[in-house]
Amino acid sequence: MLKFVSLLLALSFCQGLQHNNIDDYVEAEPVFEASKYGSLWPLPQKVQISEVSFKLTSSSFRIVDAKASSAGPSCSLLQSAYRRYYEYMFGSAKKQWWSKNNRRSDPSDLSELQVWITSPDSECDGYPSVTSDESYELTVNQPVAVLKAPKVWGALHGLETFSQLVFEDEYGAKSINAAIINDFPRFQHRGILLDSSRHFLPIKVILANLETMAMNKFNVFHWHIVDDQSFPYLSRTFPQLSEQGAYHPYTHVYTPADVKMVIEFARLRGIRVIPEFDTPGHTQSWGKGQKDLLTPCYSGSKPSGSFGPVNPILNTTYDFMAQFFTEISTVFPDGYVHLGGDEVDFTCWKSNPDIQKFMEQQHFGDDYRKLESFYIQKLLDIVTSTKKGYLIWQEVFDNGVKLKPDTVVHVWIGGGSDKEMSTVTAAGYTTILSAPWYLDYISYGQDWQKYYKVEPLNFEGTDEQKKLVIGGEACLWGEYVDATNLTPRLWPRASAVAERLWSAKDVTDIGDAFNRLSLHRCRMVERGIPAEPLFSSYCPHEYKGV
Amino acid sequence: MSVVTSGRYTFPSYNLVFFIFLQLGLHSVEGVWPLPQSITSSPERYPLNPQAFYFTYGSQSAAQEGCSVLDEAFKRYFSLIFPDYSSGYGFLRFSVDKPFTVQVSVGRDDCDSYPDQDSSEQYTLSVSAGQASLKAETVWGALRGLETFSQLVYQEDFGSYYVNKTEIKDFPRFQFRGILLDTSRHYLPVQAILKTLDAMAFSKFNVFHWHIVDDPSFPYQSRTFPDLSAKGAFHPMTHIYTQSDVGRVISFARMRGIRVLPEFDSPGHTQSWGKGQSDLLTPCYSGSSPSGTFGPVNPILPSTYKFMATLFKEVSSVFPDSYIHLGGDEVNFSCWKSNPDVRAFMLKMGFGADFTKLEAYYMENIVNITVALNRTSIVWQDVFDYHERIPKDTVLHIWKGLPASYAAELSAITKAGYRVLLAAPWYINHISYGQDWRNYYTVQPLNFSGTEEQKKLVIGGEVCMWGEYVDATNLTPRLWPRASAAAERLWSDEKQTSDVDKAFPRLQDFRCELLRRGIQAEPLFVGHCKHEYQGV
Repeated sequence: MLKFVSLLLALSFCQGLQHNNIDDYVEAEPVFEASKYGSLWPLPQKVQISEVSFKLTSSSFRIVDAKASSAGPSCSLLQSAYRRYYEYMFGSAKKQWWSKNNRRSDPSDLSELQVWITSPDSECDGYPSVTSDESYELTVNQPVAVLKAPKVWGALHGLETFSQLVFEDEYGAKSINAAIINDFPRFQHRGILLDSSRHFLPIKVILANLETMAMNKFNVFHWHIVDDQSFPYLSRTFPQLSEQGAYHPYTHVYTPADVKMVIEFARLRGIRVIPEFDTPGHTQSWGKGQKDLLTPCYSGSKPSGSFGPVNPILNTTYDFMAQFFTEISTVFPDGYVHLGGDEVDFTCWKSNPDIQKFMEQQHFGDDYRKLESFYIQKLLDIVTSTKKGYLIWQEVFDNGVKLKPDTVVHVWIGGGSDKEMSTVTAAGYTTILSAPWYLDYISYGQDWQKYYKVEPLNFEGTDEQKKLVIGGEACLWGEYVDATNLTPRLWPRASAVAERLWSAKDVTDIGDAFNRLSLHRCRMVERGIPAEPLFSSYCPHEYKGV
Repeated sequence: MSVVTSGRYTFPSYNLVFFIFLQLGLHSVEGVWPLPQSITSSPERYPLNPQAFYFTYGSQSAAQEGCSVLDEAFKRYFSLIFPDYSSGYGFLRFSVDKPFTVQVSVGRDDCDSYPDQDSSEQYTLSVSAGQASLKAETVWGALRGLETFSQLVYQEDFGSYYVNKTEIKDFPRFQFRGILLDTSRHYLPVQAILKTLDAMAFSKFNVFHWHIVDDPSFPYQSRTFPDLSAKGAFHPMTHIYTQSDVGRVISFARMRGIRVLPEFDSPGHTQSWGKGQSDLLTPCYSGSSPSGTFGPVNPILPSTYKFMATLFKEVSSVFPDSYIHLGGDEVNFSCWKSNPDVRAFMLKMGFGADFTKLEAYYMENIVNITVALNRTSIVWQDVFDYHERIPKDTVLHIWKGLPASYAAELSAITKAGYRVLLAAPWYINHISYGQDWRNYYTVQPLNFSGTEEQKKLVIGGEVCMWGEYVDATNLTPRLWPRASAAAERLWSDEKQTSDVDKAFPRLQDFRCELLRRGIQAEPLFVGHCKHEYQGV
């Protein structure tokens, strides 16, 4: 029997759904029981937990570099992770200074966690990428626990796992069971999309969510930074874009320093930052600061004063894009940028006589998808010349644009997404899945279960095709979301997606998931993250940030 | 990628024009939420200088300096009106702004009392050069007027504050405008409750319905029966409301003109009670032996009524409001049916197999206990549906169903001569994608068949935030500004506020004002506020 006593007491799921007059709401009521995997989330690939337990004393416990580790004290990524996880486990130093010396370590203590980066290049000063090795091995035993990982990225995940193994016994002492864990992600790309255009998200909120992503082993922050509604990205080359296109040119923008801070904060947690600059649609806010970029719409024979998608027939458009994406390629270190390409509305293009003329010249007939492809093709060439790979929303593929073989196609349209996955991979393209994970669509009850039950490879295709699915993303679009409600709306619902993307395919027991996720959400709350409850229950340390 | 349905919420352009109009600082009195009954204003405006701004009592006012409710309110509203004013430094202005005085006069010195069902909340507010005159019958009306005044003041981009010449005559459409919080399914720290009370005052809500205990936990620490929370709370130390917590909530609410209506729901929804009070709940049987589980309160034992009388005596001394909510909903009869003693009692009483009669018998006893304590009872509609003999001044609380069914219930209950409270259309814990505030806004509480006399029996409405999926992590953004939509329906004139599209930009403005005041109110749709929420 594992000693998760206090955590068990912490959660009692009680009966009684009062006053639920939603007629079609019939759901079995969850009953909390201890999982044999405690509070581990997402569940590691291989776990053995023994009944033997050790005490951890805040005054003597240390996280240290193993002697043979290729990363040493100069690896600030690891050093700051050690401190972060020490504080998660024991509270801040301030809180426990008095406990120093009030208890001598005894033989049943675990005094050290040694972190051993095994490959000669720890990648400590690099950026994580789609091919990064995130695997690790964790052995908790006397006298020391050892965390082995080829690269720092795996070590970060291992530290999180170690901290999840620590629990409080009934006297409040920290303990851990002997364990052997062998872990690696099922999918390489595990992302969260945040939308900072429909509502501006203060930096603080973005950082808090990067922090929470790390607790859930997410590794991609897809930053949907601009869109129709506003352009908060402060461009060095084209400052007028945010001056004119942001909600406010000073209070609602991301300065180069802000962006840099986000990228470094993410890197220290093993998270990639992939920016999205969506064109040619979803660009209303671009037009405010960049004359002649958008297509003037016509009403009859005169311009109506309104504007449509990016104007694909002008050379100036491509000059602008070349300069702009050159800047982006230097600001964002990740090997990929997301180019959008979704939901292009053709009515404005159709209304414009110059575009009509161009269509004729190019022999496009009435097929405006060809014009869209024409634009995208040129854009892809521009971005390729900046040495970046790209992700695009599925329409770009659907419309038959010629893509580089390493393009990642992002499947988002709900209903028929299995078929789409099948088609995209049959054409040999790498793909990521978001369709079932639009977390901005809220509903009453435990919708995390719906996200959990998704099987990304549940489409028709060969093994080769399935290998092309590199992961997925949970999307939190911003129509109804800003700093006031983002965090509780995202967590722990996104945690369900996290386990689906990290853990083995056969980890599908919804009851066991409920038990572990309940504890995991209380842990997030204890770490200061307002993650909302799964059901009637309580956490030993409720959210105090009201 | 982005949301396919976003087109659904594109608004006619006149709204945008209107919105931009407000954004330019050309504030109109229509910025007040909920909309006052009668307002006239002119473009004539007066600058307000925080260093020359005063609240005073009118010479004829029954309340004068030393009136706790108003003295506190003046302090509170000064900071709300001038959010970026700090007395320490800054504001070194050379202006020779004339002083501006808000003179408050009330007809009665009820400073030390509690607001109640009959309290007048009407007020008149007249803003002119150099002064505003606020008159009300009671301090509670004066609080409503101060809230309105604070919403009339606006700040221009350069930082100066202004208020326009305005005349307002205002009173609530409904006397009872409540919010229910559920502290049993999840424990809400006192801080979260106080925050909610603060926000309630901004929307002119006046009743906090505290659904304090239920099946999952019993956080109320009773002085008579301390075992109830010692054994029935999620945690006996950290997840309880002590007597001083409760006192703090009541006094915080009073300062804002808000009543605290406690609910001790029985005979169902009482699983947590049984942990600290043996023999209170009915033992369920499986065949001829007790199964070890328990059902509703045991209605056949004299000890039950003795316990309830003692508990409610305590409750009525702790909670000053003259109303008590007794619950009475969703009683599951299967456990009663299984118990041989209960069946024998049924036989003895001549109830046959009709367990609703047993429930009626129980509720009648409980209502009589509260009558003896000089308290008016509120019960959920189930009690009426079982055709019980209940005292005529009992208030029925409607919670079930879609408009057609609650309209029929309104009709039936008022026809029987009972007063009624409507909650069914405002189950705000039920969330969905999009602008569901529109549904809460367009409710027509009096749209049921009945005489004028019947309609007068509708005393108000209540927004319910049940706690299955809600705790301190998500309560505030889930409640605001969605509850504010109901607030306007309950306060304002229905004819003047029937257009939901006109309400949209006003509510957007109001939610930004809530953010400015530190309330984490979620957005209605895309857009921004000058001062965004800075927490996480």
